[in-house]
Amino acid sequence: MCHQTVGLVQAELERRGIVTASVTMLPEITERVRPPRALSVPYPLGYPFGAANDAGLQRRVLRALLAQCDRHDVPSIAVFDPSDTLVAIYATE
Amino acid sequence: MARFADLPLWLRTTLRVYPWRRIGPVPCAVLRKPLSECRVALVTSAGVVPVGQPPFDESVRGGDFSYRVVAGDIDVQTLGEFHRSKSFDHAGIVADRNLALPLDRLRELVIDHEIGEVAPRHLSFMGSITAPGRLVRDSVPEAAQLLLDDHVDVALLVPV
Repeated sequence: MCHQTVGLVQAELERRGIVTASVTMLPEITERVRPPRALSVPYPLGYPFGAANDAGLQRRVLRALLAQCDRHDVPSIAVFDPSDTLVAIYATE
Repeated sequence: MARFADLPLWLRTTLRVYPWRRIGPVPCAVLRKPLSECRVALVTSAGVVPVGQPPFDESVRGGDFSYRVVAGDIDVQTLGEFHRSKSFDHAGIVADRNLALPLDRLRELVIDHEIGEVAPRHLSFMGSITAPGRLVRDSVPEAAQLLLDDHVDVALLVPV
């Protein structure tokens, strides 16, 4: 339910002019809720930024999330790959 | 991502049959300045609560739709963790609140001039809201106005 809650908040912020991007660990749910921009991360529920006390990994996820803010092809879900500096992108529609 | 097939059966069943709210039309705001000049806020659904504020209420039917305000200069590790969902492992967030609200990481990006500044206020919801009507009608507009009042340019949202 966290993904829906986040998506509903995200949509309202975006409607009011704040640019948003959200993490997702369940892209199957994010595809159904359709927030404007999401970053799919390969981590289990409870670990949206990868690992506790791993500042480097958390920063990389955060940077990849910020990088989504320039996108206009909404709704979209990008895929964060921790082994690669590139972020693959696919549109949800 | 969490592999859908690896989730417990009760959770997979819930996720499959639940009538998800579908956002439409999908809004699209435009970034009007470089990220290096943007004020950035975080929004988490981890149910974290600053010391002195009331915890989220597990007894609210359909889920506690309230939110808590987290000051931008808080020591993030002092936040209480009140999410009681059994659908995720809490150990990571208990060990390091940055997993759900990476305020320390955001501050580092300011030092590196990758973003302009950390917003003065951030938001915490408890995500287990199965009946989101009051969330959408009451809490979300109020919370959005709070970020607008703070002239936030970018908001990053974190489910758990």
